[in-house]
Amino acid sequence: MAKLISNVSPHFSGKRTTQNIMLDVIIALMPAAVASVIIFGLRALLVIAVCVAACVASEWVFEKLCKRENTIFDLSAVVTGMLLAFNLPVSIPIWQAVIGSVAAIIVVKQLFGGIGQNFANPAITARIIMLVAFAGSMSNWTKPGGLNLSADVVSSATPLAAAAKGQTDAMPDYLTLFLGNHAGCLGETCAAAILLGCLYLLVRGVISWHTPVAFVATVALMSLICGKDVLYQVLSGGLLLGACFMATDYATTPSTKWSKIVFGVGCGLVTILIRFWGNLPEGVSYSILLMNILTPYISRLTRQKPLTGGVKV
Amino acid sequence: MKLHGIRVPHKKNTADCEPIRIPVPKTVTIPMSMHIGKPAKPVVRRGDLVKVGQLIGEPDGFVSSTIHASVSGKVAKVDEMISSMGMKVQCVTIEADGEQTLYEGIKAPKVDDFESLKTAVKESGIVGLGGAGFPTFVKLSVKDLEKVEAVVINAAECEPYITSDTRTMMDNGEYVFKGIDALRKYMKVSRFIIGIENNKKDAIARMQSLADKTKDVEVHVMPSIYPQGGEKVLVFNTMGRVIPKGGLPLDVGAVVINVTTLAFIGHYLEDGIPLVEKCITVDGSAVKEPKNVIAPIGTSIADLIEAAGGYKTEPRKILYGGPMMGIAVPSDGEPVLKNTNAIIAMDEKEAAPRKTTACIGCGACMNHCPFRLDPRSIAKAYQLDRGEDLEKLCVDLCMECGCCSYVCPANRPLVQTNKLAKVKLRAYLTKKKAEAEKEGK
Repeated sequence: MAKLISNVSPHFSGKRTTQNIMLDVIIALMPAAVASVIIFGLRALLVIAVCVAACVASEWVFEKLCKRENTIFDLSAVVTGMLLAFNLPVSIPIWQAVIGSVAAIIVVKQLFGGIGQNFANPAITARIIMLVAFAGSMSNWTKPGGLNLSADVVSSATPLAAAAKGQTDAMPDYLTLFLGNHAGCLGETCAAAILLGCLYLLVRGVISWHTPVAFVATVALMSLICGKDVLYQVLSGGLLLGACFMATDYATTPSTKWSKIVFGVGCGLVTILIRFWGNLPEGVSYSILLMNILTPYISRLTRQKPLTGGVKV
Repeated sequence: MKLHGIRVPHKKNTADCEPIRIPVPKTVTIPMSMHIGKPAKPVVRRGDLVKVGQLIGEPDGFVSSTIHASVSGKVAKVDEMISSMGMKVQCVTIEADGEQTLYEGIKAPKVDDFESLKTAVKESGIVGLGGAGFPTFVKLSVKDLEKVEAVVINAAECEPYITSDTRTMMDNGEYVFKGIDALRKYMKVSRFIIGIENNKKDAIARMQSLADKTKDVEVHVMPSIYPQGGEKVLVFNTMGRVIPKGGLPLDVGAVVINVTTLAFIGHYLEDGIPLVEKCITVDGSAVKEPKNVIAPIGTSIADLIEAAGGYKTEPRKILYGGPMMGIAVPSDGEPVLKNTNAIIAMDEKEAAPRKTTACIGCGACMNHCPFRLDPRSIAKAYQLDRGEDLEKLCVDLCMECGCCSYVCPANRPLVQTNKLAKVKLRAYLTKKKAEAEKEGK
């Protein structure tokens, strides 16, 4: 008889692996990806493909150079690539998308130790880097359907920019907002597709409802208090994409239900501050990044108490 | 409040298999340590003739146990061996004569009060058969009987595969109630709760029909969420009370006893045959015909597997107990112990350890821990050698149920880290105490 394996219990393990969690996220992002191609044309697909390829390649190269274990098959780089693409305008020059992807994987993720070790969301941080570095092309919004691999751009204001400037005739109606047929980042416009993906993640138990609900509810409540159009605020900008897919990232957000609620409320408040009183029309990315930084403190303050039966520790 | 837990595959393949008695093995190896506490002292020597039920090891100290010959035959050797726990332990090896002659001294014990019940339980050699192996008479040695509000009978059997407790309830249900009768009479307890997971419909029906004839026995059906059979979890889910950290069930008025242990006591009071054999579930992907068997204590695992049709494929891992908390043995030459309720032999596919990858911070470990511990922070504090953090994180609460490791998508060895962290915490507390004493002087 061959030597028996002798290790510590448990001798069973669950079905969840990092890889199949990431695969679930990719599946959940699919509706939004399809919607982006329908809304913005084939160039959307090109941007997504470039970001994914650049993210995976930079992860592979960096790990090769550092003689670290190859982790591209955990699919987390694919998720980062898709999310970054979803945060870019369709007209983004390809080389800029590549630089953003490299920044996301190498600067934000790998330099901090790779998967699980980064304190900030790679896609969001890369997007902010790009907003600063390529301010022009990052705010070059195009009309839906106006682009098919060509760079023939018809500019259009995003719903939030229109609202901020008070251009009421440029503000789309609720149905357009819900279906996403308006200017904006690739993956953020179609609320229906995002909610479908979010529902999938909830059913599969990949994320819990606490963060998205707290985030969106805070934005809705604050909009109501500030006398803004609640539904318009909820459906426009990157709110749903951020709340469902980026404020629920494991490594950069807290893990217990109360801490998730605190995180979501915090994100909502910062978003509102930026949208209503800041210089920028949109604040979801900054709010999530800011709350990412506060995550360790939130975790510490909301730590669940071990079941000691009244014994003080 | 609800305690966290996990859904594990039940794999109760053998629930309907009435146990068969295996042929008398050629030899049995009986370790003197099959319980928590000090090992017993062997009282036989090489060449002695022994009969079934004859004393071969006597308790050494209070928390210890008696040990009896499980076969009739000749003592081949009494020597030290290395147990599957990695400790040296005295073992008595008996060559069986195949006759299984019962020792003449065996007679039903005379029990007329609590003291004599405790003595009888002590002499029977019974230990906690749920897996822990804590000497039962020590558990019953309650100083103040007034404090016992209820006896909680652990019939949860939450580990995958294992069905030996199920068979006890199905085949020896009346003895469970004879055990209850004895405790009622001599311990003056007036509330009995049988906790069973809801995946054992037949056993629940059997227990309920017997409980209907009494006034003080409740059958408490619980959802099949592992680890329902953990002592603290069971007491919480049946009585709604949290056993304090470092305390015993008695602190909240409960005595917890495994259903098979109780049935054995019921049996013992009738015929006086000590604990010499066990019903064991033999299952796992490498076993040809999974079944329940009754085997003398000390029978080798190989003999048990033989009785279950042998190996289907080459085993890669063999366990004492279930897959969640069972102990992997080094070879199939290891003997069946008093507290062995299952032997699980796994094939290559079932046994292959999954690869460990980086923690992704999902928090599944702490969101599934019944005691709300934070294995991630414990691992960090352990690596950084922070005793005071381990104390705050209450790693000593961990019962090593394995929920955290089971749900971890990165397959981190969290139970292992918790075990090591517990050792580190103990060392830290000892040092702290010594320092405090020094300052006190």
